Amino acid sequence: MTTETTSFALPAATRRPTMPTSPVLTIARRELAEGLRNRWVVSTTVLLAALASAIAALGSAPTGSTSTGALDVVVVGLASLTIFLVPLIALLISHNAITREAEGGTLLLLLSHPLSRWQVIAGKFLGQLGIMAFATVIGFTFAAGFVVWQHGTEGWQAFGAMTGASILLGAVFLSLGLLASASVQESSTAAGISIGLWLLFVAIYDMALLAVLVAQGGHAIPGWTMDLALVLNPTDAYRLLTLGEGSSAMLSGMGGVFDNSALTPGILVGALVLWCALPLGLAMAVFSRRNL
Amino acid sequence: MSDATVILDGVRKSYGGREVVHDLSYRLSPGEVVALVGHNGAGKTTQIKMMLGLVRPDGGLLQVLGADPAQGRHARQALGYLPESVQFHPSFTARETLAFYARLKGLPAQGHDALFARVGLADAADRPVRGYSKGMRQRLGLAQAILGQPRLLLLDEPTSGLDPALRRELYGIVADLAREGATVLLSSHALTELEGEAGRVLVMNRGRLIADGTMEELRRLAGLPSVLRFRSEAAPRAGTRIGDHWQVELSESEKSAALRAALDAGARDITLEDPSLDDIYAHFLRREAA
Repeated sequence: MTTETTSFALPAATRRPTMPTSPVLTIARRELAEGLRNRWVVSTTVLLAALASAIAALGSAPTGSTSTGALDVVVVGLASLTIFLVPLIALLISHNAITREAEGGTLLLLLSHPLSRWQVIAGKFLGQLGIMAFATVIGFTFAAGFVVWQHGTEGWQAFGAMTGASILLGAVFLSLGLLASASVQESSTAAGISIGLWLLFVAIYDMALLAVLVAQGGHAIPGWTMDLALVLNPTDAYRLLTLGEGSSAMLSGMGGVFDNSALTPGILVGALVLWCALPLGLAMAVFSRRNL
Repeated sequence: MSDATVILDGVRKSYGGREVVHDLSYRLSPGEVVALVGHNGAGKTTQIKMMLGLVRPDGGLLQVLGADPAQGRHARQALGYLPESVQFHPSFTARETLAFYARLKGLPAQGHDALFARVGLADAADRPVRGYSKGMRQRLGLAQAILGQPRLLLLDEPTSGLDPALRRELYGIVADLAREGATVLLSSHALTELEGEAGRVLVMNRGRLIADGTMEELRRLAGLPSVLRFRSEAAPRAGTRIGDHWQVELSESEKSAALRAALDAGARDITLEDPSLDDIYAHFLRREAA
């Protein structure tokens, strides 16, 4: 109204006051805002930044005369931390996404609006992924900044790849948490399921795998069985993806596994994406069928 | 009546073998304020949930705003819903909350000041919902429900726990919307307050519709007597003595004659009580049980 560059009226289409946003984006935005209000964003970011910085400070100290970049050393430490922490944070954020609304009495009101139920799940997932990505990128960059300042940028590609993979790992556990939340009535049940999932994928699975390998008594199991076993656990796929190649492989000892395996980084990323998409799709299907 | 906003035809729904809605048929038209009346567990909330598409009927035809509510989400565009004892996320302000629901309805997120004024929240719009009283939450719930001029408004127990002033305001807004052509369906078990507010009453019992009509029609159908009470030394022709009062039950046609007779006999402290909606409801329930 203030510009008078042209005397022609604007076409009707461009004068439309507001484009209606998709319900998915509206809910995603809301989820982000909620994360900011209840301090999830801040506490997650601070926690990741603090732990990552501690690892960076300790891990990058003894560089000696090896030819590895300081950032490569940090990647090994950070990836090990991520395997425990990121799934836990993701499950904490997502496990009550639906049950919280049901218990707070806001779910019926939300669903009475012109939106489909899958859009609620998709929106929650997107918003929570935003929180995870923000916390991971800021937290890890904080740590990387410290190392780069001390030792230079060598190994930044591995660091960047690791950050991306960590967000992907977070997405996997967000969708697992959402599946739990969409399937049960109460937050406490969803929390129980989430703790079980975390223990299974982070601790029990690898122990069981190790036990099987030991029980084989040194008889090599077929390579494809081992590969399958590794992609059937998203944290193993993540471990192999971040630590299997390059300098970090040598440092972490994962190189041996990777070299004997037919799994390429492409397959591993594909496995993680699948691990993310399947529970999410299942959560949408389950939630759409529920009587409320 | 092809312009009916809501059509139910033989709608059934059971949960785990228990039938909560039994062969239900009725139509709601634009401009009607309809009260859905019945006990807890009479199937009121289930009906509303079916109209919202949250629960699928087991059988029968259900049409809301010309569509099957379980199919398309677009019918819900012109629908407003106020759940029983509405809740909102406590850390957002009323303005943020309304913006969120407006966006979901495809409306602009800002510029709802008139709506806040209409429900009496103009001063509190920028405070977090955390500090809201039940009445204020209900006001915000109503603002949310009437966003974007809905053609169908579903209010589940809208007045439970509200003070009388707010109750009157709510019914005022409801009447305004109906005048503008909206259909309003409100469920309630506080029947007496519906007197004069709802043009039509649907009486439910255990998932069945047991009466449907205007308040006057129901009153006539029930045929319940009015009760005349007064104090007097002389005994009336008919009537019972309760304490120091006389009590006479009268049909509609006997009222004026009996009142004149009582006045002639020097009666004092006279009250004449027509059967309330509560009485009528109790009567229909008794008839159903018999």
